Amino acid sequence: MAKPKLALYWAASCGGCEIAVLDVQEKILDVANAFDIVFWPVAMDFKYADVRKMEDKSIDLCLFNGSIRNSENAEIAHLLRAKSKALVAFGSCALEGGIPGLANLTTKQEILEFVYRGSPSTVVTDGGVFPQQHTKVPEGEIEIPEMWETVKSLDQVVEVDYYIPGCPPVPNQIWGVIEYILSGKPLPPKGSVIGAGVKTCCDECKRERKEKKLKQFFRPYEIETKPSECLLDQGIVCMGPATRDGCGALCPAANMPCRGCYGLPPNVMDQGAKMVSALSSVIDAHEPAEIERILDQISDPMGTFYRFSLAHSILRRVEKS
Amino acid sequence: MAFEPKIIGFLCNWCSYTGADLAGVSRIKSAPNVRVIRTMCSGRVDPSFILKAFQIGADGVIVMGCHLGDCHYQEGNYKTIRRIPFLKRLVKGFGIDPRRLRLEWVSASEGDRFARIVNEFTEEIRSLGPLKLQVHTELRKTIHEPVEVV
Amino acid sequence: MVTLKIDDKQVQVPEDTSILKAAEKAGIWIPTLCYSELFEPYGVCRLCVVEAVRGKRSRVVTSCNYPVREGINVLTNSPKIQWIRKTILELMLARWPNVKVVKDLARDVGVEKPRFVSLQRDEAEDACILCGKCVSVCREVVQANVLGFAYRGIKREIALPFGVQSEACIVCGACAHVCPTGHIKMVVEDYKGKKPEFTLGPKTAIYVPTLQAVPRVPVIDADSCIHFKTGGCEYCAKVCEPNAINFGMKDEVEEIEVGQILVATGFDIFDASAMAQYGYGTLDNVYSSLEFEMMLNSTGPTNGQVLTKDGREPRSVAIVHCIGSRDTNHHSYCSRVCCMYALKYAHLVHDRTKASIYQFYIDMRAFGKGYEEFYVRILDKGVKVIRGKVAEVVEAPPAQKDEGSLVVRCEDTLAGKLLEIPVDMVVLCNAIEARRDSDAVRRLFSISKSPDGFFLERHPKLDPTSTMTDGVYIAGCAQGPKDIPDVVAQASSAAARMLSFISKGEVEIDPVRAFVQEEYCSGCKICNSLCPYTAIEFLAEKKVSHVNEALCKGCGTCVAACPSSAMTGHGFTDAQILAELDGIMV
Repeated sequence: MAKPKLALYWAASCGGCEIAVLDVQEKILDVANAFDIVFWPVAMDFKYADVRKMEDKSIDLCLFNGSIRNSENAEIAHLLRAKSKALVAFGSCALEGGIPGLANLTTKQEILEFVYRGSPSTVVTDGGVFPQQHTKVPEGEIEIPEMWETVKSLDQVVEVDYYIPGCPPVPNQIWGVIEYILSGKPLPPKGSVIGAGVKTCCDECKRERKEKKLKQFFRPYEIETKPSECLLDQGIVCMGPATRDGCGALCPAANMPCRGCYGLPPNVMDQGAKMVSALSSVIDAHEPAEIERILDQISDPMGTFYRFSLAHSILRRVEKS
Repeated sequence: MAFEPKIIGFLCNWCSYTGADLAGVSRIKSAPNVRVIRTMCSGRVDPSFILKAFQIGADGVIVMGCHLGDCHYQEGNYKTIRRIPFLKRLVKGFGIDPRRLRLEWVSASEGDRFARIVNEFTEEIRSLGPLKLQVHTELRKTIHEPVEVV
Repeated sequence: MVTLKIDDKQVQVPEDTSILKAAEKAGIWIPTLCYSELFEPYGVCRLCVVEAVRGKRSRVVTSCNYPVREGINVLTNSPKIQWIRKTILELMLARWPNVKVVKDLARDVGVEKPRFVSLQRDEAEDACILCGKCVSVCREVVQANVLGFAYRGIKREIALPFGVQSEACIVCGACAHVCPTGHIKMVVEDYKGKKPEFTLGPKTAIYVPTLQAVPRVPVIDADSCIHFKTGGCEYCAKVCEPNAINFGMKDEVEEIEVGQILVATGFDIFDASAMAQYGYGTLDNVYSSLEFEMMLNSTGPTNGQVLTKDGREPRSVAIVHCIGSRDTNHHSYCSRVCCMYALKYAHLVHDRTKASIYQFYIDMRAFGKGYEEFYVRILDKGVKVIRGKVAEVVEAPPAQKDEGSLVVRCEDTLAGKLLEIPVDMVVLCNAIEARRDSDAVRRLFSISKSPDGFFLERHPKLDPTSTMTDGVYIAGCAQGPKDIPDVVAQASSAAARMLSFISKGEVEIDPVRAFVQEEYCSGCKICNSLCPYTAIEFLAEKKVSHVNEALCKGCGTCVAACPSSAMTGHGFTDAQILAELDGIMV
């Protein structure tokens, strides 16, 4: 029997997800043995043309990381969708836009302005030319992909079969998924989040939690936190309560609050809104002025509550008129 | 066609919903733009619902509850008094004019107040104009269903 | 101990006992007018004189303040003593011929007619006989020291300092109580202590709160009672035969656990002084409905007689409807009961006086069973019923004083005429309004009020006795103005509702309750502090929160707060609300 075919792709992301796959360490050899890797641009030399030649649904498993930032990302997403039996949104960016999704806080124009003209390290020449989609060179016309106004998650572009959250997904969860697939057990229903739990980060967090009454918020550098107590109880905005479990609560274990990379828990619609609801419930103040004063202590609410999920949140992006 | 604001109102069962009912029973005329969703308490209003309302085309959202100290559930509205200002910061963060989100207290006996607030808010939203969001054009239905774009 | 003989009877009493006391012990009666066990003997009436005989020596002494001596023989009724007493009583009878205690004593000692003529002859039945009991009780028992004797000889009298009502007088009434002739009376004056419910009639520091108080026991107003200021007095305890007075009682806060509560806190009446045109509070003989009700009460201050302030029978009485009700400046609602009690007033005034009676009404609302018939009966009695709201009540100008002390101005809207009617008394039919503390009560039970300020029922037609809060019922005027049959019906209905739960032994609770989907709960403890009913407990072994559905009231605050949406609520799930949202945005 032929080995199942595996494809991995890296769209708009940092590449950490690719590293995470390698972080299964020597087991990567088992992966190589078990699968026929047909497409993995970062590791081996494949051409898009090779993929186009494949038959539809010939790839058994495609781990797609990165959000959809430009026309190339979208094109390959459609391509891999067509060629794959199971398309997996792998990692936060593919799942919910991830860090690149924070670009939805601004506009394409503003980004280009800053990068090519405004940033302090940029020396503006030729009046600050923006990248052109089409450029005439002596050899002819070349084309680069079009950068989109709005960053999208994979499932906002193509149909996705499974989701593996995490920035990046932790190696043991990746291996767990691969092992499960190799075991030949029936696959979970389409649309499932795999390689993660159904509870929240708090479930895995070893810190001791109390009933909450918050009068003041701190940023992590502002206080010395007690190592065994819940960070939220100590006034540090920790996204743990509104973040899916599966990572093993790595960040709180390292004295840093959860940033929410494992995405929203099963029944939650919007990570930021939920966190706002939860936090405002336990703020210990009745007077509007006092409430505003406490809220002022939470710096950058959009970046805090939508660090990974902005592109996949209810409103998806900021309106800039 | 003239712009008619679409407004979602989340009304608590005991005070504001009854107050709205009183406005009706008393034949007090109020703008028909507010589409009412009844919750048991203003404390039940999850900020997600409000964002969702904006997502699916509401031009404004108004949350109404019992006056402070009058909550049927003793202190539910004290959660609301913190949630809405907090959410306003997010709403503003999303580039939506925070005036499109409003929190008001209306007791069961304040049918006239209900009508006045509804009329006022409707006019305010009318002057702000329709809320246009990119997500409106992108969306087919709900967020969990895959959406086809390109 | 001292041994002595009284009228040849051997008595043994402790030293320093007065002869009067010793005689009492021996069962021998000595007449007296000024003696009381409550205070030190004063020896002023001289009636208790006795002969104290030691050997051959005999002395006439006042027995009330003369201590016993070893071996003396006391004669209480010797000819000499009889002669002295008769003389004293003749002198008293000459001065106070109609005072009962004097007459009785005189008769007892055989005096029929005095031989003397007094220059101070006082025919009054309740004349002051200068016994000084009031002075003693005020000084020694009450310790207020308000009363004293003034002047000397034949000018001697009981007086207040400088002849004016003293600030130190607490209107305790002990002087009036101790007075043997009834000379001292309690009169209506501004009461200094806590304001009683109504101000008609005297009030002392110990009083029965209202005429119909149940149980009808007096209460002590600790703020004005001299005992609680000085530790003295206790006059009431001293005169209370069954020993019912207990100064040691303290206000107690008792906690009683109940399953259901009927809020029937009643009403206040509209304060008519807010409508200055009717002169309430400024003109004499303008009464509020409750004051007039009190006057009509047969156990009230006037024993049920209808009297003007100067004690005359009024020649005419105006009864004015809708004071503060059906008036957009005050209460726009109809107070419902006023028309009928106004007709009752007319009926009673007609029965008890010869006064002509005027009713000024806007609309006559005789809405109940038998009420219209009663209205017709009143019309047949000749009560003048005028349709028109009274414009003002003013003091009558001198020219009209002989017809009535007040003038009622009004338009008769049926005749289309302006009227000026002189009357002696005006009775205002004050609107029933929500109690002034109803907001505090309302919050206590988390119930709502309607725009008129009365407590709000769950449904105006289908559920008029229960409230939005399970187990809390309302009845009577706390819910809205209503007359007695309606109150009885509503209260009975509420009681029946409550009984039905008691007999059932269990209650059905609204299915709107929160619950935790444990598979999604991570025990972040956001929700645990939110519930005012402490329905959310944390299960330490499972590391999840759990909602006690019997305690949960279903507000859904925790549902909204749960960051993992593990908490959800029957009837108002996220999915249900989202579906509603979807539906109404079409």
